[in-house]
Amino acid sequence: MSRNGSLATAFHLLFVTFMLAPLAIVCAVAFTPEGYLSLPTNGFSLRWFRQILAYPEFLRAFWASLWLAALSSTIAIALSVPAALAIARYRFPGREALTALFLSPLMVPHVVLGIAFLRFFTQVGLAGTFTGLVLSHVIVVIPFALRLVLAASYGIDARIEHAAVSLGASPMTVFRRVTIPLILPGVVSGWMLAFINSFDEVTMTVFVASPATVTLPVRMFLYIQDNIDPLIASVSACLIALTAVMLLVLDRIFGLDRLFVGAGKG
Amino acid sequence: MSERPKAAPYLLAGPTALVFLGLVLIPLAMTVLLSFYDWGQYKGIVPEWTLKNWREMVADDYFASVFLRTFRIAILVTLACVAIGVPEAYILNRLSPGWRSVSLLAILGPLLVSVVARTLGWALLFGSTGVVNQGLMKLGLIAAPLPFMFTETGVIVTLTHVLAPFMVLAVWAALQRLDPQVENAAGSLGASAFTTWRRVILPQIVPGVLSGSVIVFALAASAFASPAIIGGRRLKVAATLAYDEFLNTLNWPLGAAVATLLLVALVAIIVGSNRLIERRYAQVFE
Repeated sequence: MSRNGSLATAFHLLFVTFMLAPLAIVCAVAFTPEGYLSLPTNGFSLRWFRQILAYPEFLRAFWASLWLAALSSTIAIALSVPAALAIARYRFPGREALTALFLSPLMVPHVVLGIAFLRFFTQVGLAGTFTGLVLSHVIVVIPFALRLVLAASYGIDARIEHAAVSLGASPMTVFRRVTIPLILPGVVSGWMLAFINSFDEVTMTVFVASPATVTLPVRMFLYIQDNIDPLIASVSACLIALTAVMLLVLDRIFGLDRLFVGAGKG
Repeated sequence: MSERPKAAPYLLAGPTALVFLGLVLIPLAMTVLLSFYDWGQYKGIVPEWTLKNWREMVADDYFASVFLRTFRIAILVTLACVAIGVPEAYILNRLSPGWRSVSLLAILGPLLVSVVARTLGWALLFGSTGVVNQGLMKLGLIAAPLPFMFTETGVIVTLTHVLAPFMVLAVWAALQRLDPQVENAAGSLGASAFTTWRRVILPQIVPGVLSGSVIVFALAASAFASPAIIGGRRLKVAATLAYDEFLNTLNWPLGAAVATLLLVALVAIIVGSNRLIERRYAQVFE
């Protein structure tokens, strides 16, 4: 049912190819049976995937990233929900300034944030600790969590809560039984977007992570700085496969366009 | 609009505000202060006020060349994203719903993949042992590998790939606010497809293009991983320069000065262009 002409369709196909080619090549090279970078023209092999197991630092970094992302997105949501309710419900002096402050990590370059955290953590004795890493990630992912919770909070009809109050519900019950269920889709999608952004973050983390707390993207970045071989391609291929699964789940639950149009605008 | 006490919003937003005060404002202020500290190879960081780092950045052409390269790359990436992102958003908007959601997965999906993996893909495609170069050389089309790694072109292509989805999203959001009947009206009044595009569609999506450009420009100018991997050690941009000063040279005050300059320049550009867009296109933003 496309109203696009053949030229437009050709452009579209080229654009999609441009977007997917780098990811496709990573996955293809990961299956090479050779000992060097090449396409798997002589049959497929899983040797480079098995090789990952011989490098425990990748696995350790993966688990560190997973923990870090889960912890920091949970804390970010816990801070975002009350902040979003305050911003969506009330008109108060300083409201705009607070909103701008909470969204500011989107505007400040991550390399600057990384430097600021490194300096700050060194002064207060948190440098190189997992706690410092979590704190820095909480800040970086709060804007993503806040935006989606905020969008959900604006959508609440205040009369529903008033009805609950007039029926004798305590403020805590209203919050637990009425408000939370109403904003739950925003909370869940905000948490997931925060999780993904924490899991992928590399620029700021390079400054904050120590050899003991290194995350997967940072480990991959440092590895690529030294050399590029099929091993790093197979690690990346695993990451791409994992992301693809999450993407399909997200798309099923929320619709990708909603998730991004709420999130993609700075 | 509520019978609850006036303190409620402050109690709700207070904890988050305190966290941001402690973990954003204070560290950023400390970084700005650090850029005015002294540093020596053997004495390390000395907390004495000096303009040494700022003077060094002004006096040494190297810093000017790095910042110029950073902004040149950012401008070219922005132009490239406009050139491919705007038509793509328009085409996307006209696809049938089924094709559109599949296409959206392909276009927006890469946003969720680590930028390290995406940059690795370009290195695998166009590196000297890269698949495209090897293939072309085997076919005898080129004698030597196409230069891509360690070139500005390579950094620009990679960043265009990384950031183009943001442009598509911004323009697409603007297109969705458009009334399709207006386009039909232009056609029925005898406008050619091109005229309709230029005189009817384009003026309405310019704000979307501009806000997308601001996002892409800001992210391109502060990009780190892609320039570091594709650009290598010699092709420095502001972010990789600051990284070097911090983690290799260990001259933190100078690195802090580079970071402060990048932050100030970007905030000025973003705030300035947002003002301009809002003033010029106030009627479009409701």
